[in-house]
Amino acid sequence: MRPFFQLCLAVSLLLLSGTACSKREKQARPDPADAADTAKILRLGNGSEPQDLDPHIVTGVTEHNIICALIEGLVAEDPETLDPVPGVATRWELSADGRVYTFHFREEARWSNGDPVTAHDFVFSYKRMLTPALGAPYAYMLYLLENGEAYNKGTLDDFEPVGVQAIDDRTLKITLAAPTPYFLAVLNHYSWFPVHPPTILQHGTIDQRSTGWTRPESHIGNGPYVLASWEPDQKITVTRNPMYWDRATVKIDEIHFHPIGDHATEERTFRSGKLHVTSTIPIDRIAHYRDNQPDLLRLDPYLGTYYYIFNVQRKPLDDPRVRRALSMAIDRATIVERVTKAGEDPAYHFTPPGTAGYQTDARISDELGEARKLLADAGYPAGEGFPSLKLLYNTSDAHERIAQVIQQMWKKALGIEIQLENMEWKVYLDATQRGTYDIARAGWIGDYVDPNSFLDMWVTGGGNNRANWSNADYDRLIREASTTLDPTQRFKTFSEAETILMKESPIMPIYSYRSKSLVDPSVQGWNPTILDHHPYKHLDLK
Amino acid sequence: MLRFTIRRLLELIPVLLAVVTVTFFLIRLAPGGPFTAERNYPEDAIQRMNEFYGLDDPLPIQYLNYLACAIRGDLGPSIHNPTRTVNDIIAQNFPVSLELGLYAMVFALLFGLASGLSAALRHNQWWDHLVMPVAMTGICVPSFVIGPVLALVCGLHYGWFNVAGWEEPSDRVLPAITLGLGVAAYIARLSRGSMLEVLPQDYIRTARAKGLNEGQILIRHALKNAMIPVVSFLGPAAAGIITGSFVVETIFQIPGLGRMFVMSAFNRDYPLILGLVAFYAVIVVFFNLLVDLCIAWLNPRTRAHTVA
Repeated sequence: MRPFFQLCLAVSLLLLSGTACSKREKQARPDPADAADTAKILRLGNGSEPQDLDPHIVTGVTEHNIICALIEGLVAEDPETLDPVPGVATRWELSADGRVYTFHFREEARWSNGDPVTAHDFVFSYKRMLTPALGAPYAYMLYLLENGEAYNKGTLDDFEPVGVQAIDDRTLKITLAAPTPYFLAVLNHYSWFPVHPPTILQHGTIDQRSTGWTRPESHIGNGPYVLASWEPDQKITVTRNPMYWDRATVKIDEIHFHPIGDHATEERTFRSGKLHVTSTIPIDRIAHYRDNQPDLLRLDPYLGTYYYIFNVQRKPLDDPRVRRALSMAIDRATIVERVTKAGEDPAYHFTPPGTAGYQTDARISDELGEARKLLADAGYPAGEGFPSLKLLYNTSDAHERIAQVIQQMWKKALGIEIQLENMEWKVYLDATQRGTYDIARAGWIGDYVDPNSFLDMWVTGGGNNRANWSNADYDRLIREASTTLDPTQRFKTFSEAETILMKESPIMPIYSYRSKSLVDPSVQGWNPTILDHHPYKHLDLK
Repeated sequence: MLRFTIRRLLELIPVLLAVVTVTFFLIRLAPGGPFTAERNYPEDAIQRMNEFYGLDDPLPIQYLNYLACAIRGDLGPSIHNPTRTVNDIIAQNFPVSLELGLYAMVFALLFGLASGLSAALRHNQWWDHLVMPVAMTGICVPSFVIGPVLALVCGLHYGWFNVAGWEEPSDRVLPAITLGLGVAAYIARLSRGSMLEVLPQDYIRTARAKGLNEGQILIRHALKNAMIPVVSFLGPAAAGIITGSFVVETIFQIPGLGRMFVMSAFNRDYPLILGLVAFYAVIVVFFNLLVDLCIAWLNPRTRAHTVA
């Protein structure tokens, strides 16, 4: 039994010594490149397992990160500004009325099996996306096309009148329902990506889901990389696409996407040198990196807003004065400094800063006196007689901390009591969609860099207008903006709309998001971009 | 014995039917559905998807359809993972959980029995006083504490193992210890207790009087009886360990079945929930059967019972 005892002693000593390890943490972390041999392999944390890699079926950021390595749209993204640059199309023209785009394809554009990428492939892809029976969740993105909505809703049986035509193999004409200044930016959303028609048809019909064409053995793409392997919950490997037209630009040989869902595990994996970039950082580790290893830490502006929704159909939230009072009475600066801690910007309006140069005067004030006066005018002086509302959030430490702080702020500033209520994710979603809540937390990430992605959702009856708010002037302004060609005038119209939104306050913006990640210094060209996109062909490893 | 086994296996049928039925209707009571998303899907897209997955039929029809497919061994598609069927998921993820569970079980048995029995043999001596509080701690400290500590110490600080993943053979070590430690501690306490009960009994004294050597007495006479409570505990414990652990699989990023099970409930992935519940029911019944057979072998009195 003696050796056994020694073993136990050794194990306990080991465990004890581990507690001292935090002091030595600053020792250099191993270089992720050491694990690789001569090939340049980029290892990315991807947050979670992608549901699918079919660009017409998926809906998440996780999926986007992988799909954009495998498929390229008509245009690509500038690695710094994300501005549209030539992709499959080398050049394009816009008609004078702003409705007709003509794209000229490059001759060298190839699918990974060697087939040329043609205009017909795009017509097929958009037809598939809009085919009602496919049930593509993002089909509405293609409602920008003339008659796209009618075809998707089934009121139009023939695809011919839909605004996408192949003039010849290498010329694609797109007719829009209305002038859309952000159209080229939208093309980098995966809903506008092409799929390889023979592959789709080989595995099923145009309107069939889950046919398995996205498995590594069948996947055909036209992007800088090809799908080499997909090991669920372990990693997805993509390797250089030898058929890609711009293969000379591609510097990294392989990318491994690791779907590590647990933030702490992902951070440990990064520290052990097995990841170059993480998908996020545990909030309580941010301070550590800021103090000790600021060169690894990236906290970049991200096109998203964290906000609370007021259910405007419930009393007393049907009164705009009450909603504004609530929105004015919170101290956003304190929330971002003390609670969220990742350098977020306090949000005084809904559209985040950096949205394609959009500026607005719309602003919710933070005058406490005014807030108290508004509440008194609404019939609740010093919070007297204010009913006990419930603040709903989905179960999460971060949401809970914010909710507690806001609960305190409202109590202190306005003298009102709010109850906190947390629910499991789907239960929370169900409650907000049904409108069975008083106040609920929410977050919105823009699909493309334009104020429309944030303001369009609050029109009457909008699919994501969970406040159930309605304002005729607001609807009119958003409609007007969608047909305004002059960019300055258009932004002005959006700004007027946003002023109404803030005055009526069906929502209470709290802060603008930051994308949070740890990036190994060996990764070259990982630029901060507002959508957290990092076109892979421009990246390199030192 | 054979008849006993067959009878127990036949009992599985009503058990499975009850489990599937209750689960089928229970999960529909939870608010939200597979297509409830942060960003609302358009109504018609939801309708198309419901049609595709047969969720637009009345519930009793869906139930009968499900049973009809399940009887043929087809557990249907996973809604959340459209590229994989439930059968695929079980086939890919269960072997991982099984492998991890086996290592954890072996570790728990070796570590638990060695400490429990050695403590019993040195009853009330310093070794006993050392092992039992450690075992108690092992039972009390949850795996979500042990896992990260092991990963930090053995993975990051000493660099002996990868902190997460399931690629190299050495990736099995830390999760197996994390998963097995609680069970080891439990086994240690159980085996010590039952050994202490067995040792003063008459038949042990008789064996000593016959002049058998101490090792033979311990292993052939005492241990065999002392193992009965341990074995009864092992059945459910093994089933629990082998079906995977959400916590351990999450901490070490292991593609096992436990995480799939928990996530399927969060995702309202109805076919996956049902398939995994049914699968787990089979595993639990199977392990309980195995335990009964083991106990029958260890204890002739129950053997007579089961044969009759």
